[in-house]
Amino acid sequence: MTILEGHPANPAAGDADRPIGYGRLQRKEDPRFVRGKGNYVDDIVLPGMLHGAILRSPVAHARLVSIDTSKALAHPGVKAVITGQDLLGLKLAWAPTLSADVQAVLVTDKVRFQGQEVAFVVAEDRYSARDALELIEVDYDVLPAVVDARKALDPGAPVIRDEIEGRTDNHIFDWEAGDKAETDAVFASADVVVSQEMVYPRSHPAPMETCGAVADYEPIDGTLTLYETSQAPHAHRTLFAIVAGIPEHKIRIVSPDIGGGFGNKVGIYPGYILAVVGSIVTGKPVKWMEDRSENLMSTSFARDYIMQGEIAATKEGKILAVRTTVLADHGAFNATAQPTKYPAGFFHIFTGSYDLQAAHCKVTGVYTNKAPGGVAYACSFRVTEAVYLVERMVDILARKLEMDPAELRLKNLIKPEQFPYKNKTGWEYDSGDYATALRKSMEMAGYDELRREQKEKRARGELMGIGISFFTETVGAGPRKHMDIVGLGMNDGAELRVHPTGKAVVRISVQSQGQGHETTFAQIVAEEIGIPPEDIDVVHGDTDQTPFGLGTYGSRSTPVSGAAVALVARKVREKAKFIAAAMLETRPEDLEWEKGRWFVKGDPSVGKTMAEIAMGAHGTVALPEGIEGNLDAEVTYDPPNLTFPFGAYICVVDVDPGTGHVKVRRFIAVDDCGTRINPMIIEGQVHGGLTDGVGMALMQIIEFDAEGNNLGGSFMDYLIPTALEVPNWETGFTVTPSPHHPIGAKGIGESATVGSPPAIVNAVVDALAPFGIQHMDMPCTPARVWAAMQGRPRPPI
Amino acid sequence: MQISMTVNGEDITREIEPRVLLVHFIRDVLRLTGTHWGCDTSNCGTCVVLMDGLPVKSCTVLAAMADGHAITTVEGLATGGTLDPVQQGFMEEHGLQCGFCTPGMMLTARALLDRNPHPDDGEIREAISGQMCRCTGYATIVRSVKWAAEHPAAQETTGEEVTA
Repeated sequence: MTILEGHPANPAAGDADRPIGYGRLQRKEDPRFVRGKGNYVDDIVLPGMLHGAILRSPVAHARLVSIDTSKALAHPGVKAVITGQDLLGLKLAWAPTLSADVQAVLVTDKVRFQGQEVAFVVAEDRYSARDALELIEVDYDVLPAVVDARKALDPGAPVIRDEIEGRTDNHIFDWEAGDKAETDAVFASADVVVSQEMVYPRSHPAPMETCGAVADYEPIDGTLTLYETSQAPHAHRTLFAIVAGIPEHKIRIVSPDIGGGFGNKVGIYPGYILAVVGSIVTGKPVKWMEDRSENLMSTSFARDYIMQGEIAATKEGKILAVRTTVLADHGAFNATAQPTKYPAGFFHIFTGSYDLQAAHCKVTGVYTNKAPGGVAYACSFRVTEAVYLVERMVDILARKLEMDPAELRLKNLIKPEQFPYKNKTGWEYDSGDYATALRKSMEMAGYDELRREQKEKRARGELMGIGISFFTETVGAGPRKHMDIVGLGMNDGAELRVHPTGKAVVRISVQSQGQGHETTFAQIVAEEIGIPPEDIDVVHGDTDQTPFGLGTYGSRSTPVSGAAVALVARKVREKAKFIAAAMLETRPEDLEWEKGRWFVKGDPSVGKTMAEIAMGAHGTVALPEGIEGNLDAEVTYDPPNLTFPFGAYICVVDVDPGTGHVKVRRFIAVDDCGTRINPMIIEGQVHGGLTDGVGMALMQIIEFDAEGNNLGGSFMDYLIPTALEVPNWETGFTVTPSPHHPIGAKGIGESATVGSPPAIVNAVVDALAPFGIQHMDMPCTPARVWAAMQGRPRPPI
Repeated sequence: MQISMTVNGEDITREIEPRVLLVHFIRDVLRLTGTHWGCDTSNCGTCVVLMDGLPVKSCTVLAAMADGHAITTVEGLATGGTLDPVQQGFMEEHGLQCGFCTPGMMLTARALLDRNPHPDDGEIREAISGQMCRCTGYATIVRSVKWAAEHPAAQETTGEEVTA
């Protein structure tokens, strides 16, 4: 008897009870986090490690006259001071962005936004590095700044990107979707047309952990190990190979535990490149960890869309068409993260949840003297902007028609039988049962009762508002024939190994930043092959250990990587059938799968559990022709379409008539993301996103003064909701599976961030109805609400 | 300068620069990296530790000011293999996601429960209002603290296993 034959079968997998697959499952990540044993980038210490710090521009637009680094270099503990001139020699002064533009790593010619990277100090400790920053002397020749995107294309506006040969203006792109002529025709003959300009103001994802990296270049064999706050480690590896000229097999990117991403940690920032340069120059590992103000001032902002919206309808309230032109402020470098063919992301989902006859949008991107970014903060590639536009316009139309906004929506929602539904800008919505979800949220809210309460309060002079948002998301980028990031198809890999004793490891290409992948991906495998989730380790974030894929953002993990994991598990299950057949001396087609085991049809007592099969696969069982030993598989998943989760949100606010302060009293969120892998984790995702909504709608803005000074560069001014600004969330759900997804699951992570801001603003505007206000721009701070109540122009914040 | 303090029950003495912040002393010198650093304006509270049982933002305390005091960090919350009920509560009620704010939140919760064993929702929200979380939306943190209040006895489990 061999040791293998003597090994007991995995008892859990052999239980008669169904192994835990989907359902509420406590997180596998939590035990280390609650003990302070997470491993985040700044926790990493390598032998001989040095610390880097970045000198940043105090002005928004200026020619660089000179930099004197001699005093900084003489400071005790300082090992190197790197400037743009040094990088020019290494051909690293400029780096490609995710939008086919370039971004300055360190300034060589002129500064283009306040907070831009000017020089990099490497020192023995973080305090010395910061000391030395103050000793660098820089002479700037200040230029007029382009701050207002509306003036960026004016003749005579300062040209920000004059380093580009032949460039004479600040225009980046024009992009259109939908049929303009058809849309104009519908508008021309419509009974009712309303229009409104609205600004989705610049905000910032502000993860609690800022961006950072530890670079470790080993000159002997030319390998680079880079620990990074990266949501997309594999894409970063490829980009670093291209940017730094290091062969890709010599680069290992490790994304350890990440303290929140929210889209902030998708792109490559100059700091990462500087840490690598610092390590190459000094021969030592170099850590760079930005502080909060650096994070807010220089890393990817979100939104900044100035939108002119129009909606056309019949007088009975049939919505016919939506038309919009957008001015998109991209900052000084176009570093927006989106699929190559979509310079405005998926903004053309602005037709929303409604069955329209026509739709058209035109988006114009411009440079300004601000930090780059745009796509971040759970936006699903500009879906936040799209949903905000259409949901505000529908409310404005409801007011014009004197219809209840819920009734108007119910009248126009796409019907369940219309799915898959082709909208007028080219999307094919996979599935939906919209009216059911909206009615459910109205029921949870006690909608009619709320309207009665509002009427009574209005009569007493109290300001109460009820806001609805019904949204359709588009997540899970994406099909490789349409979607790539810098040429890399947006697919994801998965590898599954079942060990001889029935324990498993699944390796994935996406990267959790708190969304619970280590738990939920184990649940998918558990559901498919019947090994309990605690026996399945999920490995992610290390490019040496995991299959290639595009990373986590755009709520794409479940749609793409989740599909890959389900399919790789099915591949293993199918292989297990052949091995089980060999073990049972029967034919594979005579076996049936149930509860984690293959058994003989008609004789359930004769079968093999997955753990027994795993042992057989690695043991001495005679294998059928064409079946290899071991129990492993790998797949790469190319999604046929995106997934289209949806939600019905209702927000109740009270506005203090004496101060303009808005209190979110209740928030009801009904989400439908198809099959639900872990309801506890989904609820947590929704709660977090709703809090983002409160932040964006009421508190957060990155504003600039006329000189281009960033007025939101710290948590003193850029306000994050605390436990006191948010209510106890009321969540509900419906289940409309995605027909094309292997387990019917849709993404959910960004839904609440996308769906909640219009619900809140709709509620605020509803509360202000007695003042005859059609619209007010976010954030609805007390000062702005007060100004709106007085009929005054809005103050900056 | 030389400073001495008790950290998680252990007496320590170190030579430091006077300007070193307590958060960096804890993280970089003592290598207790559960305490985090999330802002530069004393708003976020990811650096909260207990000083003589009261929550302080360790980014806003000089290490020298902690001389002679007792500091508790997240690493000192569990005793032996036994988790503090607050730690257990955060796992039970999904009070954490990325985990970055978690150590500070749990220490504030511990201090709250030590002075008020049965806080209501409003008291919990008030207590943690000096701390930001970007992931959870706070409701599950409130539930986590309530769970801890309802389960004050030390948990026997080491918390290593994941339960359904």
